[in-house]
Amino acid sequence: MNTPEAACRASEGAMSIRDVGKIYDPEGVHVVALKNCSLEIAAGEFVAIVGPSGCGKSTLLNTIAGFDGLTSGEILLDGEPLATVDKDPSPGPDRVVVFQHGALFPWKTVLENVTYGPVAQGAMSEEAANKRAQEMLSRVGLNDIETSYPGQLSSGMQRRVEIIRALINNPKVLLLDEPFRAMDTVTKSASHQYLLELYDATGKTIFFITHDLEEAIFLADKVLVMTTRPGYIKKTLQVNLPRPRQYSMLASEEFLAMKAQLVEAVHEEAVKAFEAGEREMA
Amino acid sequence: MARAATMNGASVAYKMRKFLASKHFTRGTLAVIGFFVLWQAGSMGLMPFMHAIPTPVTVAEAFWEFMGTGKYWQSWMDSTLRVTYGFVAAQILGIPLGLGMGWNRNFKDFTYPLFELMRPIPPLAWVPVSILFWPTNESSIAFITFIGAFFTIVVNVLGGVSAIPRQLVDAAVSFGASPRQVFWRIVLPATIPSIVTGMMVGIGITWNVVIAAEMIAGNTGLGRLTWEAYLAGHTPGIIVGMISIGLAGYVSSMAVKMIGDWLMPWKKVF
Amino acid sequence: MNPYIVLGLLLMAVLAVGAWQQKKKAHLYEISWGHQIRKTLTSRSFLLQLGGFVAFVVVWELTVKTFSLPWFSRLPGPWECLLEWLSPDPDYGISIYTEDYYTHIIYSTYRATTAFVLATLLGVPMGLLMGWSRKFYDYSYPLVELIRPIPPLAWVPLAILILPGDEPAVIFVTFLVAFFVTALNTLLGVESIDESYFRAARCLGADKRRLLFDVVLPGAMPFIFTGLQISMGAAWFSLVAGEMIAAQYGLGFLIWDSYSLIQYPVIVIGMATLGVIGWVSSAAVRSVGRKLMAWRERELYGS
Ligand SMILES: Nc1ncnc2c1ncn2[C@@H]1O[C@H](COP(=O)(O)OP(=O)(O)OP(=O)(O)O)[C@@H](O)[C@H]1O
Ligand SMILES: [Mg+2]
Repeated sequence: MNTPEAACRASEGAMSIRDVGKIYDPEGVHVVALKNCSLEIAAGEFVAIVGPSGCGKSTLLNTIAGFDGLTSGEILLDGEPLATVDKDPSPGPDRVVVFQHGALFPWKTVLENVTYGPVAQGAMSEEAANKRAQEMLSRVGLNDIETSYPGQLSSGMQRRVEIIRALINNPKVLLLDEPFRAMDTVTKSASHQYLLELYDATGKTIFFITHDLEEAIFLADKVLVMTTRPGYIKKTLQVNLPRPRQYSMLASEEFLAMKAQLVEAVHEEAVKAFEAGEREMA
Repeated sequence: MARAATMNGASVAYKMRKFLASKHFTRGTLAVIGFFVLWQAGSMGLMPFMHAIPTPVTVAEAFWEFMGTGKYWQSWMDSTLRVTYGFVAAQILGIPLGLGMGWNRNFKDFTYPLFELMRPIPPLAWVPVSILFWPTNESSIAFITFIGAFFTIVVNVLGGVSAIPRQLVDAAVSFGASPRQVFWRIVLPATIPSIVTGMMVGIGITWNVVIAAEMIAGNTGLGRLTWEAYLAGHTPGIIVGMISIGLAGYVSSMAVKMIGDWLMPWKKVF
Repeated sequence: MNPYIVLGLLLMAVLAVGAWQQKKKAHLYEISWGHQIRKTLTSRSFLLQLGGFVAFVVVWELTVKTFSLPWFSRLPGPWECLLEWLSPDPDYGISIYTEDYYTHIIYSTYRATTAFVLATLLGVPMGLLMGWSRKFYDYSYPLVELIRPIPPLAWVPLAILILPGDEPAVIFVTFLVAFFVTALNTLLGVESIDESYFRAARCLGADKRRLLFDVVLPGAMPFIFTGLQISMGAAWFSLVAGEMIAAQYGLGFLIWDSYSLIQYPVIVIGMATLGVIGWVSSAAVRSVGRKLMAWRERELYGS
């Protein structure tokens, strides 16, 4: 309980995002998704990004993950350039993504899914990977489901498996794009619990996108509010709640004050986004 | 929204220009040119099997010749009419049957086993029976064409009706909708996509069937034209026939697709 | 053997299969299967199904034989066909006791299988490649679209001319239709795969080859098997036409030949046999598909 939190934080996975811009289809539709977007993430920090729908959150995550190139600026990982205007990024096991709708391979069993990364990279033998996978699965309370297919699991279990599938690669950064969006309240809070336990145990850098302001504050060290498109970081909220986080904190003065701040900042952007939409329609 | 707004109007021309300038278009053009070059080379005896095939130029000349004859256009006419009769009859009978099977459990039980028993029989296997039954050659070919499209449309409509969520119907009933209203307002519109799919598949099958039926038992039509060219040893004529049949099938698919777009303004088919 | 005995045996076989399926169902609902069978036999649904079938046969017999209505009178009757089919000494030389019957079946099955296997072996990789490599797609798709609108049966004359002999020509047209169906459904299958599976695999360190085998192939599998089922049906469709036009053996030939020789009951025997074989072959494809896609079965019925 009293472990000094810095002690178990990873020393890798610091990210610098500098003046990043992303324009989709520059000669045609020309959607400016990101503009002069800058942020710093320390190694082992848990960062949550909130913002109105369509503001460019996923775009930012996709450029970090390496699915998409950028049109200006640069992204550094531990001081090494990951993506610049000239260098298209490529995805890799040092930055693994957990997707909004889940992307466990439905045609592979849970065990095959979890060991996929290490085996595909040739980083572990199959037996070693199996053993490691079983260990990690049982740590989040998933025993005896190795031979099940993802379709047979509940959505909460699926997402846990997916997070384990990412962590087994020992990535520098874990990228989560609204992973708990479609969940009911109970499943969601159980998922928070597991994610926090895993974070406390591994100290990985986490980049977490969400719509849910409470979720953002409850999980993260730092909540970033993004503006409507073109997106950049408008406000940074440092969350100083102690770890491990407790559900009782949700009712604390401090928490409510932070939430009020966020609500105001996001609401302003949402109104702007709405008005921009009206203008475009006209 | 910006994307939606620019999807239509001016951006279509832009997209077209962009596609024509893209490497995808260049590759496609290269492939088609390559195809004709290979064909020419093959006809000149540079490849096995293909020396019997006339060159593209010879075929084009034969095509020109054919187009000057009344018989060629009469063949188009005859085949198209047969396809139309068979296809339309299949829709007129098949759509209500499929709807009825999906709508009424008892009716489905009564008809379905028979239907499933008949369905695996290939349409062309009906040729002799059809000739025996129908008084004229024309009606027997139209009947076989009908068989080709009929099973497809029924299967698709039945699938469409069965896929309608039960709650949708229940909800309408609980709001006081009469069975007739439920049918016209919910069941029929929800089935339209399946009907259109069934029609798209059916029109392809119909041309297939008509061509074969004409080769086997017809006196006229594009299939017969091709077969006569074969009997006369006139190879360019065979290929002209094939191309004409391909064109005819393509044009009718386009026509059905237009009907589909008209029936479903909310989405374009395929 | 007396045809009536054979008929009885056949009926019993059908009942046995039905009972066996009821037993599986009974197991599912955990009730005794005797009970399940009784329940099924007296259910309204079963009686209606039986009624529909009986009504069809009776109407057929009445219109064709009893009343000999105009148009119908030239057709063979159901009873006549059944007796001929089961007769040890058939009037027209084709029954379950004659060697000829099986020769035709074997010829057709052999041709359909050859064409289907070839079409699958070439069509699936073709579709996968088209979906996997944009370059390959760019080159091949226009060609496919150029050739595909020509109905396979329109190829018959040309195929006879080019290929040595009728046999390869018939197999070729059968192959052609099955090939296009398989390739295009496979392509559709690849296109249906959610982008995030590709992204996930790349994140986890998969190279292009692994993407093909771990994402593209299994992801397209449901569509591939839908395609294979359609392709099987389409293969029989073309095969029959091909055999009627240009073959010496096979069920399509048999049907057409019997027509020319005025052996009408044999036509119906041929049609029924084609129906049964066609049904069995697509059921076989379906069950292979189920085996290969255990993950889907469990998703549907499990949990
Ligand atoms: N491939 C693309 N081409 C053109 N525009 C795109 C493309 N992908 C996304 N966009 C646009 O870029 C903007 C940002 O998209 P993005 O998916 O990053 O938003 P988001 O913040 O993740 O939204 P949400 O909260 O709904 O997930 C949106 O307006 C979207 O319409
Ligand atoms: Mg998003």
